[in-house]
This record gives sequence, C-alpha cells and structure tokens, in this order.
Amino acid sequence: MNLTLKIWRQKNANDKGKLVDYKISDVSPDMSFLEMLDVLNEDLINKGEDPVAFDHDCREGICGMCSLYINGEAHGPDRGVTTCQLHMRMFKDGDTIFIEPFRATAFPVIKDLVVDRSSFDRIQHAGGFISVNTSGRPVDANNIPVNKHDADEAFEAATCIGCGACVASCKNSSAMLFVGAKVSQFALLPQGKVEATERVLNMVKQMDEEGFGNCTNTGACEVECPKGISLENIARMNREYLAASLKG
Amino acid sequence: MSGIFNSSIGRKFAMALSAFFLMIFLLQHFAINILSVFSEEAFNSASHFMGTFWVVQYIFQPVLIFGVIFHFIMGFVLEIRNRNARKISYVKNNGGANSTWMSRNMIWSGLTILAFLVLHFIDFWIPEISTKYFQGDMTGLLPDGNFRYYEELHHKFENPLRVAAYCLAFVFLSLHLLHGFNSAFQSVGANNKYTKGLKGFGKAYAILIPLGFVFIALYHHFNH
Amino acid sequence: MALDSKIPSGPIADKWTNYKNHIDLVNPANKRLIDVIVVGTGLAGGSAAATLAELGYNVKAFCFQDSPRRAHSIAAQGGINAAKNYQGDGDSIYRLFYDTVKGGDYRSREANVYRLAEVSGNIIDQCVMQGVPFAREYGGLLDNRSFGGVLVSRTFYAAGQTGQQLLLGAYSAMNRQIGRGKIKMYNRHEMLDVVVVGGKARGIITRNLITGEIERHSAHAVVLGTGGYGNVFFLSTNAMGSNVTAAWKAHKRGAYFANPCYTQIHPTCIPVSGDHQSKLTLMSESLRNDGRIWVPKKMEDVEAIREGKLKPTQIAEEDRDYYLERRYPAFGNLVPRDVASRAAKERCDAGYGVNKTGEAVYLDFASAIERYGKVQATIKHLDVNDKALVKKLGQEVIKEKYGNLFQMYEKIVDQDPYETPMMIYPAVHYTMGGVWVDYNLMTTVPGLYCIGEANFSDHGANRLGASALMQGLADGYFVLPYTIGDYLSKDIRTGKIPTDSPEFDEAENNVRERINRFINNNGTHSVDYFHKKLGKIMWNKVGMSRNTQGLKEAISEIKALREEFWKDVKVPGTNEEFNEELAKAGRVADFLELGELFAKDALHREESCGGHFREESVEEDGPQKGEAKRDDENFAYVAAWEYKGEPSDAVLHKEELEFKDIELKQRSYK
Repeated sequence: MNLTLKIWRQKNANDKGKLVDYKISDVSPDMSFLEMLDVLNEDLINKGEDPVAFDHDCREGICGMCSLYINGEAHGPDRGVTTCQLHMRMFKDGDTIFIEPFRATAFPVIKDLVVDRSSFDRIQHAGGFISVNTSGRPVDANNIPVNKHDADEAFEAATCIGCGACVASCKNSSAMLFVGAKVSQFALLPQGKVEATERVLNMVKQMDEEGFGNCTNTGACEVECPKGISLENIARMNREYLAASLKG
Repeated sequence: MSGIFNSSIGRKFAMALSAFFLMIFLLQHFAINILSVFSEEAFNSASHFMGTFWVVQYIFQPVLIFGVIFHFIMGFVLEIRNRNARKISYVKNNGGANSTWMSRNMIWSGLTILAFLVLHFIDFWIPEISTKYFQGDMTGLLPDGNFRYYEELHHKFENPLRVAAYCLAFVFLSLHLLHGFNSAFQSVGANNKYTKGLKGFGKAYAILIPLGFVFIALYHHFNH
Repeated sequence: MALDSKIPSGPIADKWTNYKNHIDLVNPANKRLIDVIVVGTGLAGGSAAATLAELGYNVKAFCFQDSPRRAHSIAAQGGINAAKNYQGDGDSIYRLFYDTVKGGDYRSREANVYRLAEVSGNIIDQCVMQGVPFAREYGGLLDNRSFGGVLVSRTFYAAGQTGQQLLLGAYSAMNRQIGRGKIKMYNRHEMLDVVVVGGKARGIITRNLITGEIERHSAHAVVLGTGGYGNVFFLSTNAMGSNVTAAWKAHKRGAYFANPCYTQIHPTCIPVSGDHQSKLTLMSESLRNDGRIWVPKKMEDVEAIREGKLKPTQIAEEDRDYYLERRYPAFGNLVPRDVASRAAKERCDAGYGVNKTGEAVYLDFASAIERYGKVQATIKHLDVNDKALVKKLGQEVIKEKYGNLFQMYEKIVDQDPYETPMMIYPAVHYTMGGVWVDYNLMTTVPGLYCIGEANFSDHGANRLGASALMQGLADGYFVLPYTIGDYLSKDIRTGKIPTDSPEFDEAENNVRERINRFINNNGTHSVDYFHKKLGKIMWNKVGMSRNTQGLKEAISEIKALREEFWKDVKVPGTNEEFNEELAKAGRVADFLELGELFAKDALHREESCGGHFREESVEEDGPQKGEAKRDDENFAYVAAWEYKGEPSDAVLHKEELEFKDIELKQRSYK
C-alpha cells in the first residue's frame, strides 16, 4: 500500500521543529510500524537526507523504548500494544499518518521523535525500591509468604514498561499511572510495606518537581497503556499518599 | 500533613472533598425544590426554615460559598498547571479514542456552570440576601400574608429565555457530574472491588438530579 | 600467555567457600577511595553495579539505552532456575550443576558451574526481598514450573515476564544507589574503547549518544556486562541495539575471546515474513509442552499450502509428518533446543517448509485442545462426544496457559492460533561464547572483568532454559562483588586514576579517528545494507549446521564484505548530534570482525557439540545414526582466541576442560 506520512522533524532540543510530509510506497501489511519507518529511513539515507530519529530497541513490546504518537494516539490505534508491535495492517492504502513524539514538558524532545524520559528514572531514584542490600544469607524466600491475590496484583502493577504512553495520552501529561504502578507493586507486598510511607511521599514529590500535570481521572492512560495497567493503581497511590501525609 | 495541598495528589484530594460537599448540597437543594411540584406549603415552610435557621445561614451558607469559590479557583489553578505540563501540543490528537468528552472538558462545563451561578445569584440569592439582611425583613411573607418563596420561584420561570438558560446549564451540570462524581471517588482512593457499584450510582445521580431540576423549571414554566 | 583459570583447589563443593574465606578484603573506608566502571545495566551489569555501590565502591554505570531498565534482559520470558528443592522432588545443588554441565554438552568449566548452582538459591531470596513479584501458590509460597532438559521443577517465574521482573528488581537496587549518589549513571552512553594503563584496565572511552561528545572515564577496575552478540546474524531475538562492541574492544585490548561459535538457535520463533524483517520474536519454549510440531508428508500438499489452496487443518492425520515424534520417540516434541532447531531445518531444507519463504513448520495445538477439552467435559459431566463443546472447553484451558503468547502471535501474524496451527522457525537467541574469564570472572586483561552473557563461562556449548537469568544475577550479585574485592585490595593506595595519560590520549584518538572515517566516508550503501548481508552469510554458512566448505567460504566472504564496508558505507549527519546511523556503523564494523572469528572458530572445532553442529561429525551407525557426534578426545577444551590484528591472524589458546565430578556421556534423546 501507499501512504503519506506527516512526521515531526526537529534537529535538536533547541530547534523549533515542524511536520514534514513523506510519501512511502509498497508498504506490506505484514510490516511492523517501525519496519515501515526503517524502509523510509533506508530510502532517505540513499537519497542523502537525514533519516528520522526514533527510539526503539527490543521490538517485542517489553523494553518500553519505542514511543510514537501515531494519528493522535500513543502507540497508535491498536490496543494493548507498543509501537513496535503495531502492524501496518491497521492502516489502509492511501492513508495519511501523523507521527509525533510523546509530548510533555517533562519529556523534552531530543531529536525528531526521540524524547528524554529521564524524569521517570528520577522518580524511581526517589523511592522506587525496597531498601535491602545484597547479602549472601538473607531470609529464605519462603519465609515471607504472600497472599496469592496480592502477589498477582503486585505483578500486574509491576508489568509497567515505563514507556510513557500514560503521560503522552493524558491531556494533563500526568505521570500518576506510572508512579501509581510502582507504589502499588510495593504497597501490596509485605516486603514493601515497611517503608511505604517514605516511598509514596518521596516519589510523589519528585513527580511534582519534574513538571508532570495533575491527574483528572480521564482514564486515557489506562486505555492507551500497552500493558493494561489499571486506574486502581492510581486510587491506591492516592490512599497511600493521604495516609502517609496524615502520618508524616 | 504539612504541604499536602501543595502536592498534586493533595490538590486532587481537595478538589474531590469540595466536590463531595457540593454534590451533597445539590441533593439537598433538589430535595427542597422538588417539593414545589408537589406541595406549595411544604416548599414554603422548608424554604423558610432554611432561610432563617441560624445554623444554615451563618455556618452552612458561608461554608458553601467558600466551597464553591474554592472548587472554582482550584479548578482554574489545576487547569493552568496542567496546560503548563504540555507546552507544545499535538498537531493531531485523538482524545475521543481513549476518554470521554466530559472528562476532557471539565473546565468548559465548569465555566458554563459558573456563568449560570452568576445568573442564579442575580435571580435568587441577591434578592434574598437584600430582603433579609438589608431590608431586614425576616418574615418571609408577602404583603398578603402568604409565604413569598413559592411565588418568587413560580414567577421566575415565566420567561422562556430564562428557562432555556437554566435547562442548558443543567445539561452542562449533568455532563460535569457524569465525570465528576466518579472522579471524586477515584481521587480519594475509592476505586477497588468494593466500589464497582458506585459507578452506576454516579451515573444515575449525574443524570437524574439535573433532569429533576429541568423538570422543575419546565413544570413551573408551563403552569402559568 | 598460558591461560590460568585460577580454579581453587579442594573438593568441588568446598571451592567457593574456601575461596571466599581466603581472599583479601577491602575495608569500608578504603572502598570509598576506589572507583569501578560497570558497562551494561542488564541483569549482570545492573546487579553488579548495585551491589558494588552497596559495598561502598564508587560506581560509574553506563548503558546505551535511555534507561537501565531497557536492557534486553527484560525480554526473557520463561523463568529462572534455582536449586531450592521447594517441591521436594529431589533437586539439589549437585543436580543443578550436573544438569547444566550435561545440557552444555560437557564444554563448560565444572568449578564455575558448581558455584553458579551453589548461589542460585540466594538469588531467589535476594529477589523476593527486593519485591520481585514471583508467581505464588494459594498457600502464599513460591510456585515452580518445569523446563526442558531436566527432571525436576526448579524454575521460578513471574508469568511470561520473569526477565522483566528480575531486571526491574536489579534496576530498583540501582536506583537506590543512584539516589544516594553511590552510582553515577550515564544513560545513552556507548563504550567505544577500554583504556589499559600499565597492563591494567583503568578506564573507558565513551560517546554521548545525544551530543556526540567523546568522554574519558577512569576507574580502578572495569566490568563489562554487555550481553551477547547474536545480532551478528542481523536477524535474532536480541534487541536492535544489542551488540558486541564493548566485548570486541576488550578483545582488541588483550582479552581473549572464547568459543565464539557456540550459538543457541531457539526452535520456536515467529518466521520471517519478508525482506523488511528487522528482528525475530521468540515464542516461549513452554509451548512445546502442548504443541505438536509437523510438516506435510506429501510435497503436493506443501505446494498447495504455499499457494493458499489448502489449509493446514484440511490435511489428514496420516499425511502429516510429526518429525520430532518420529525421530525422537523418547523425548518427542520436548527434545533440547539445538536438536529441535536442526530437525526443523532438515525438513525445510528438504523442501517441506510451509510458508511462502519455505522456512516454517507447524506447531499444532489441536490435539492438546481436544485432550484438555475431554478432561474438562468429563470433570463437568458434559458430553465428551460433542466436538464443538470439547473444542471450546479445550481452547479455554489453552488460553489460560498460553493466552498472552497466542495473542502476541495473532498480533504479528494475523492468524488465530486457536483455529489454525502456528507457524514457527528457529532463530538465533543466545550466545554461549564470549570473553574468556577465569574463576574470578576476570579476563586476560588484569582489572577487566566480564559477566553475564558477555562472558563464556557457564553454559558450555548449549544453554538450558531459565539458566541465563540465573547466571547474570549470580555473577552480578554474588560472585563478582567478592572476586573483584580481592583484586581491588591491592589498589587502596593508588588514588584517582588520571585521564590525561598517553594511554587515554591514544584511545580517544583511535575512537575519534574511526568516527571521522565513518562520517567522511561518502559511500553509497547504508549500514543496514552491510549488516543484512553479513547476517545472510552467517545464517546460511555459520548457522544451524556447518561444514568445512561453507565455513571457508564464509570466512572469505565476510572478509570481502568488511573491506567493502569500509570503502562504501554511508553514514549521514555528523558526530556532534544524535546520530543512530553512526552508532550502528561502529557496531556493524565490529560484527564484521567478530563474524570472521566466529566462522574461524567453527571451522577449527571439527566436532559437533551443543549449538555447534558440524555436518562432518555425526554418528555413522548404531541407534544414534545421523545425530551430533562430540569428540572429547580432541576437543574437550575452551578455544580462547587472542587478537593479533586481522581475525584470520587470531591465535588459539586452549583451556583444557577437566571433568572430575561428572562422567562424560553422549546425550541421547531417542
């Protein structure tokens, strides 16, 4: 099929940037979206133009590196997938496809479609861990029984891949699904409860300092999340935070 | 506790608390107004009670006014902060794919309600305050010796333009509540397996209460 | 230089304990004076960086991705082995040790593998403490699953995302240290050289992938946890960015490269769909528990399927060739990965491949669906002869077990695997070979360590499922932190390593020179063009089955391709910007050298062992006729190659493997 791509081009963080039109032909419906961009880039390189920069790595939906805003949605129109898992059969011959970077003040553009998500890392540095050192003889793993339901819920929360689709989709660029998932994972486990108060206060403080917006519960994040992380995690974080504020 | 309202979650929580308060007030307001459809007498005595009982007048009323102003100002503050969180917007954004119109446009439904409140204050609240506290007439009576409340209400809904404005505002109120009701519960952390039933209740509340107000307005309009 | 593996003396079960009791330690105050560089932040690098920082060393960690959490360890699906014996099914440290050595086709170092088995239990304890949400039973205790090639249930897992959860555990431990300032994290930085000062590794040269800045970083020791080199095949299950560059630079600076030809080809991956293909997706090995692998018996059926005239479901049972069940009646569809992969290739080479490229076989769940459906119907007192009902019930069971994998398959291939068999084909998955290290995990360059998939140590010629995660974390959490301390104890008075020495100048100049050469080359073909060509040579001639002629051809073709690459590669843009093509060019240049050494190693090893199959070395007769034939008399050694300029000049050093605790046997799956 033949497509028109409207791709955001921006030389670097200081450049203003604009949408540029590209025509691409003979796209196979079996291609992944990123393979389609590979073909475009190969073409641009051969023509002596600058290829489009975009983040990608594992190309199987787990590393969280790919981050495109395609036709007005994070990771494109399909559900439960990352951009690398989106296939061209979702589009029709003759379509025009808008491709933009994830937008948020806390995710500044580095080049073209590549954004800087180190704000996510900094939130994790503030409290996304349980304070235990590696040691040769810790407690035997089975000395800490965990209710299966809690363990499963903690796992669901922990499947977040940190891609930032929640922020990109949120009209407020809020990072609460991302932070809520981490807070929830640890809050649900006995190992994590010990420092739950400190954790949620520190992570939320860092989240606010990074310039993410406030959650207004539109639920867009949950819909666009490639891993289906539930809004319940935000509610749990709210509870944890309020309880922690009263204590602290 | 310090600094809680300077945090994103704290603001959300404050927004939700004021919303709960306003939703309870709305229910109470509706409960009294709907009396006007069934019984002029009941409506009058309830109105008189609310208008003269000191707890309502000197405690609830200021709290309510504070709640309304707080909810609006906080709404604006959040809106501005949220806009700052994305300084460059998308060229193409398909918000409808992942969220409801109501949830994305709370600021606009809220502003419509604010405009309505101005009209509503001019219609009812300012004359009420003026009668009671500036003219000092605390009797609630008309010259003919009957209570004035029902007459005033009935009279206001004579003008079709006013009725239309009220109805339109109630539509926006409903849209605001359709997102706001459940959003407030989510904000205070009430979203788990025990609260699934709340969603339906919230929807019912958001549609039935404004619909009831519309009914009251139309009832009085067509009963002239 | 003779290879000294520095294996401690004494009985195998006591080696590690004795070793730990006698090494030199660094006191806490002195640790603050010592810097360690860790390159790579996957399971091995991430766990090492976190643990070293907890101990008090100043750690500088580097990754080319935008966050340590993106390392490709995250993609591991199945699980992690540990000899906990929680199931009471007779597991023990010895048994895990034995299974790993046997699974590796007796080409690994006994002492290292025993230590790996010994610390495996600690990994689970540590990860649980960190909040890794492993799967649990209703009683609240940890659950286990079984995996290929072993007789016990010892695999701990978190659904199909075990690698992700373990990596996020290591990442969280790193985050704590980054927050405390004990780890300085350099994201989007690529290591482009190791700096050796006075015979010791004392630093690295990196390129900031955002600004292009070339930076010097010094330390008292350098640790590489930079993963495997499967991308030398272009198409593999590795991430797009996975590369050999760090390991190769170390090799060029004196680290021997061991057993490069040992590559694991995983049998159950989604087949290539066309020339645009950029990577291959693995479908968990667990599918082979319930799926039956087959191709049609008749060539006319194959042709009809390719032309779309016939559907696989229309082929009668007697016209199907369940070739694994036919050839290996004892293990059937559950033969080890290398055996299953070669058997698929054999059928496709014979012309029976079922997709348009001729490189796919069926993995069919219809029998399993029927079997499970009947069981469910019986349990629920329903009619077992109602075919539609049985199918529906069976599909529900399959969905419960493999739902996410089936969904993934459907997204990629656009076929419903509940209704029609999956198509699969083998793909490059893991490299057992890597930088040679001694018992201390130190390379032949003093002060340069190599851990995880990047080293060669524990898996011999073939890796068992769920052992890669175990090795990465064992190295990083429990082995390296001890062994590196012994080395660093001699460095407490050294003081900061200056970065203005001639060695740093030379290394930086080398890096700059190479980058300039790329930028100014003005060739006509993109980097990918060469990478794909290299991949084709590797896959066709150094892939699942290898022979003398093919390997010789590969060596000369790769050499020629390398020369063409340097003449004709086109890298757009400049160094001083985000330039992915430039980064890729450097990686492919190194693959083009490694590829040749890889083929050379495969050529010299005239035996078949594990993932390395030489067509000349097969059993001639007897019950094992046609199967891989190992040659313990001549090849029971590690082949460690020393860099001498061109890959063809590499010098072979042999580390003889001694098997004192395990008897060498032929692997049989008939």
